[in-house]
Amino acid sequence: MFSFIARRIGTILLTMLCLTLVVFFLVNLEPNLKKLAISQTEMHTPADQLESWLVNHGYRQNFFLRYGQWLGVLPKHPITDPATGKTTQRFSFCNDPTEPQFSGVLQGDFGCSTKFKTTVAAKLFPALGATGLLMFWVLAVMVPISLLIGILAGMREGSRTDRVLSVASIASTATPEYVSGVIFTVIFASWLGWLNGSAASASQGITFYNFTLPVITLAIYGIGYIARMTRASMVEVMTQQYIRTARLKGLSFSSVVIKHALRNALIAPFTVIMLQFPWLLTGVVIVEVMFRYQGFGYTLVEAAGNNDIDLLLGCSLVSVFIVLITQLISDVGYAFLNPRIRVQ
Amino acid sequence: MQTEYISAFDVVLGVLWRFWPVWVALILVMGASFAYKKRLGLYGQLFDSGVGIAGVFICLFWLFTAIFASTISPFDPLAQVSVMKDTLPGAIEPASKLVYYFGGDKLARDVFSRMVYGSQIVLIIAPAATGFALMVGITLGLPAGYYGGKIDTLLSFLANLVLAFPVILLFYLLVTPGIMDTPIPYGMAGLFFLFPIIFFCVLFWTRYKKRPDRLYILLGITLVLGGWIYAGLVFDKDPLHIVHIDPNQLNIFVAVVFASSPGVFRIVRGLTMDIKTRDYVAAAQTRGESPWYIMLWEILPNARGPLIVDACLRIGYTTILLGTLGYFGLGLAPESPDWGTAIKDASRLLRSFIHPALPPTIALMSFVLGLNLLADSLREQSMKD
Repeated sequence: MFSFIARRIGTILLTMLCLTLVVFFLVNLEPNLKKLAISQTEMHTPADQLESWLVNHGYRQNFFLRYGQWLGVLPKHPITDPATGKTTQRFSFCNDPTEPQFSGVLQGDFGCSTKFKTTVAAKLFPALGATGLLMFWVLAVMVPISLLIGILAGMREGSRTDRVLSVASIASTATPEYVSGVIFTVIFASWLGWLNGSAASASQGITFYNFTLPVITLAIYGIGYIARMTRASMVEVMTQQYIRTARLKGLSFSSVVIKHALRNALIAPFTVIMLQFPWLLTGVVIVEVMFRYQGFGYTLVEAAGNNDIDLLLGCSLVSVFIVLITQLISDVGYAFLNPRIRVQ
Repeated sequence: MQTEYISAFDVVLGVLWRFWPVWVALILVMGASFAYKKRLGLYGQLFDSGVGIAGVFICLFWLFTAIFASTISPFDPLAQVSVMKDTLPGAIEPASKLVYYFGGDKLARDVFSRMVYGSQIVLIIAPAATGFALMVGITLGLPAGYYGGKIDTLLSFLANLVLAFPVILLFYLLVTPGIMDTPIPYGMAGLFFLFPIIFFCVLFWTRYKKRPDRLYILLGITLVLGGWIYAGLVFDKDPLHIVHIDPNQLNIFVAVVFASSPGVFRIVRGLTMDIKTRDYVAAAQTRGESPWYIMLWEILPNARGPLIVDACLRIGYTTILLGTLGYFGLGLAPESPDWGTAIKDASRLLRSFIHPALPPTIALMSFVLGLNLLADSLREQSMKD
């Protein structure tokens, strides 16, 4: 078990290294650097000044040298004026070093956001906190509802309840966030006026009024999928011999479902819920942009739209980490919950 | 001048009437399918359940809408008639006396016509991208599952690498306007579009190796046809100027194929690993068949059931991805009538007008729902066998 986890963590680190290298390559393409230089300088700056801005801020150094600096295996150098030999910080607004020193991700320095004029850490971690809150409520809504729907549908396969709930869950998997968000806003905000169509005020404090729409919008897409997986697993369990034995012993149907079937039927949905996180990440981006909630997704879009290199790298590092770590948890948890599976 | 309106009932009737070519085509196809359903195999079995009929109906509805888009829509999807700005559903356009059935949007375009034309973009890109993703996934998944070992480790690592990317981040990196100045999208297109050609060449080669008369004809057709489409799509140098794709559409296409082929790869790899333990594979190995013959002519046909179901779901998923791209304004032109872009434009103005938002959302949702119902019904039918 221990060596399995160790090997998986090794793979995760290798994957993160490869992915950040790919992201680093893509954000440093010539058109993207041009875009960055244009957005960071005054309007209508001539081309040679754009070039000198890029040179002055170190964007023209060797690609691998800069990747190494970002990673923290090579020392970061301050900008040295070739005429006077005086050194200045690269970006004064985030306390870049004035002397060469190792200061990269490995040292805990995620770099400097050019869009928000602050360090990446100062921007990224509060945003992650806000998204964590959103995620918590989404899971708190999504998991019980979808498990309930799945169990009710799978309890008696082919019954009318099963058909209705199955079609409902298929419909919910056909509704991406930007569709359900629009429909819910139309119904609950424009038409009924019960809820707020914007979650911008949720940064100060969440209320039922401003936070319900983002949460249900994000939950609805996942509910259908998890419910269908739970149903499939429940249907399979209900055909097992031990369920028939329990029924023939004379136990009531409800007690068979609750005491015998449920525990075994819930192993598969656990994996599915864990593997939902990558989808939730995309959903978070859509929902946060749609409802103007200042979280991780909103930050990612701002970073990508302005080619904010360090912030975008930080965002991809975080999201890739979440995806891989939830995969690991789902594998380990599955083996833990199901004693028939042994990890080698 | 006061805009005149028709009643809500007339709007419903008018919309139903505008779709007349679709109804005619639907009646013909559905009627024929019902009549001959015994002889149509898996497709015919779909008509045994309500879910299957609903799925086929919705998918065919959007297919025919895309085909007859120019007949159905009363207006040009890009035309702006300034008096119709933000008009409510049922407004009559003064010059032509035609009706804006679903009203006008903030740029005074007909929402109904835009919805109808939007179906064209989705129904061209989504199935085609899924087809290419299937080709890439199958061509790489079969050897990974069959040989195992180093090749499997390498390909699986690459697939997991792409899958670990959140889709939205991938799109923001791959579908930016700037990237079209670099050779990256063309290089990726050149790589991905090679796979179908390789696939069909190997397919025919393994089967007709001993029969050169057939082999050379089939290989010739594949290479000429494939090379022609390849030249048109990747280099935009089709000598006959028929095959043509806009650079930004190519970019979207490549990004969508890139995002969804690792999923196909995983499924094909899993299926191959399962099927290669069967007796008929062992029999083929004993006969001395080449590995690629076994993969393409023994394993692949037996993996078709789950693959068809997956393809249906994947077209729906690709539609959602295209909508996501449109919603974030990536790739597609800002005035493009596709559903995602329309939802983006309308959702910003929900506080004042809700009518431009509903048609594209419902269209997108119903199309994906139709595909999901189809997939569900196919899965049930294949489980019965």
